[in-house]
Amino acid sequence: MRIGKSASAANTDGSRLGVPKTYKLYVGGAFPRSESGRTYAVRDAEGGFWANAALASRKDVRDAVVAARKGARAWAKATPYNRGQVVYRVAEMLDGRRSDFADLLVTGGADRDAALAEVDASIDRLVHHAGWTDKLASVLGSTNPVSAPYFSYSAPEPTGVVGVLAPTGSPLLGLVSVLAPVLATGNASVVVAAQPDACVAIAFAEVLATSDVPDGVVNVLTGSVAELAPVLAAHGDVDALDLTGAPAELRVELERAAADTVKRVFVPRTAPDWSAEPGLARLRAFLEIKTVWHPTGALSLSGGGGY
Amino acid sequence: MTTYAARPDQAPETAPAAPPSTATATPAPPALPSHLAGATADEATLRRFLFGLPAVDPVGLEQRSATLATRSIKKASKLAAIDLAISMVDLTTLEGADTPGKVRNLARKALAPDPARPGTPQVAAVCVYPDRVATAADELAGSDVKVASVATAFPSGRSSLEVKLADTRLALESGADEIDMVIDRGAFLAGQYGLVLEQIRAVKAECAGRARLKVILETGELATYDNVRRACWLALLGGGDFLKTSTGKVNPAATLPLVQVLLQAVRDWRDQTGQQVAVKPAGGIRTTKDAIRHLVAVNEVAGPEWLDPHWFRFGASSLLDDLVLQRRAQLDGHYADPDTVALD
Repeated sequence: MRIGKSASAANTDGSRLGVPKTYKLYVGGAFPRSESGRTYAVRDAEGGFWANAALASRKDVRDAVVAARKGARAWAKATPYNRGQVVYRVAEMLDGRRSDFADLLVTGGADRDAALAEVDASIDRLVHHAGWTDKLASVLGSTNPVSAPYFSYSAPEPTGVVGVLAPTGSPLLGLVSVLAPVLATGNASVVVAAQPDACVAIAFAEVLATSDVPDGVVNVLTGSVAELAPVLAAHGDVDALDLTGAPAELRVELERAAADTVKRVFVPRTAPDWSAEPGLARLRAFLEIKTVWHPTGALSLSGGGGY
Repeated sequence: MTTYAARPDQAPETAPAAPPSTATATPAPPALPSHLAGATADEATLRRFLFGLPAVDPVGLEQRSATLATRSIKKASKLAAIDLAISMVDLTTLEGADTPGKVRNLARKALAPDPARPGTPQVAAVCVYPDRVATAADELAGSDVKVASVATAFPSGRSSLEVKLADTRLALESGADEIDMVIDRGAFLAGQYGLVLEQIRAVKAECAGRARLKVILETGELATYDNVRRACWLALLGGGDFLKTSTGKVNPAATLPLVQVLLQAVRDWRDQTGQQVAVKPAGGIRTTKDAIRHLVAVNEVAGPEWLDPHWFRFGASSLLDDLVLQRRAQLDGHYADPDTVALD
């Protein structure tokens, strides 16, 4: 097998061998191998060997959901302000590894300038969402005028555990664009990375692991989407599903499986353009709007509130 | 010339999962062989006997446990193992905050671990403190689920023999079918093996004919595998019907290597005396995977005769939740939402 250019630290005269990395999963803040022990070879743009990645199984999905459920509690309880700080920290850490990621994207087939632009856009996307965390309640929530002695207000709350199928074709920016809204709105996620982009996804997981994101809030699985997505869609403890990266032939089946356990499902209407302004749709998709009626006290005989 | 103690499924008039008043049904045990009967003659002989037991090879033991833990149980076998494990659970609540309501809820859960699927087997027993036995017995009256009670100044066992016996009597008179006693670890570690043996015999005498006696060794406080093996044989010589690993209040609790030591002891005891004694790991077994590993060890170390709720139990509370979730996953083909199961 030809070793691809990712192992370019090897000397061409053969005096030093390259050290191809084995990428593992990211579950519960740790980097375990697949429970099944399986791996697959990730190919670079020219078809050479890039690295081994874990081929996750059904049980890894289950473990990731258990970890995400634990993470979801802590993350939903954090103040939106604090969540913003953490997401901003992710952007800082990604900025610190800017050239590493550019190298990975180049290995994956991008040219150097485009790769750097994609990393920069990803950092900006994270900063954009870091700013949103404490503004969502004002923008998506409201106080509702009601003609009764109640104070009625609607406030957005995190949905819980979101299963995310990462898009293909945009290894870093696509992943960040689907993940950042889920993170910023206080949800925990189980991300199934696109099969060819495993190296970039797990490298990004390393960024998450070193940036104050609580364990379990983001879990990244690599492997066959066709194998993992149906398990994720049918799992009773997953609250929502982002089908952005779902293969067209699987989408209907996944939506049907998700309906069995009444999940929120987000399917983009058109092919997403990751360079465009992100907008609110993804932020809104994984928020539940909770409306509360709070009594303002008994009406006095002369009208108006009792207080 | 092996004569097994009465097994539930060998009694023709009873259902397999329901050994009725087993303690009373068990015939008087045959006399021990002379080397065992003589071992308890006096303190010095007992000490010589216990220290003459073969030493445990910790490396070999842990390696065997690790090997057994790699066995893969799938599909129909897994479902059968899950059902067997559910029927072996001693559903336990041992908290200072146990209210009558909590005990009632636990008893209802014992009768129907998964109300949405009536085919789910019932658990073996409910295990509570002595003053809650009456509540549990009332709720479980007429069912096959036993009431087990810890006694003898559980969990420390630090009290006089009179208090321990009074504790046992309270549980028995409230309707306990099984008594979980703790051994006096302080005496054991101080080398007073005779004292430990006497206490086990005294509690056994209290239970005789009324309840099965589980002897809790509290392995987490015994420091070495050799001590655990000695404690096993003390409990066997004292007439325990069950060897139980731990109280659940001390870490480490039940681990696979420790359970293997217990299983080896009951296997050897049966080989030498013809009497079968049950085993109950307690504490630390929380997942279906752990439970199935224990079942594999039971089959391989003790033998398939122990794969029965009468002869092997799991002392646990949260294990049942995971077993029920895994049972659903096997039947439905996808993992269930834990919110739909009565977690505790």
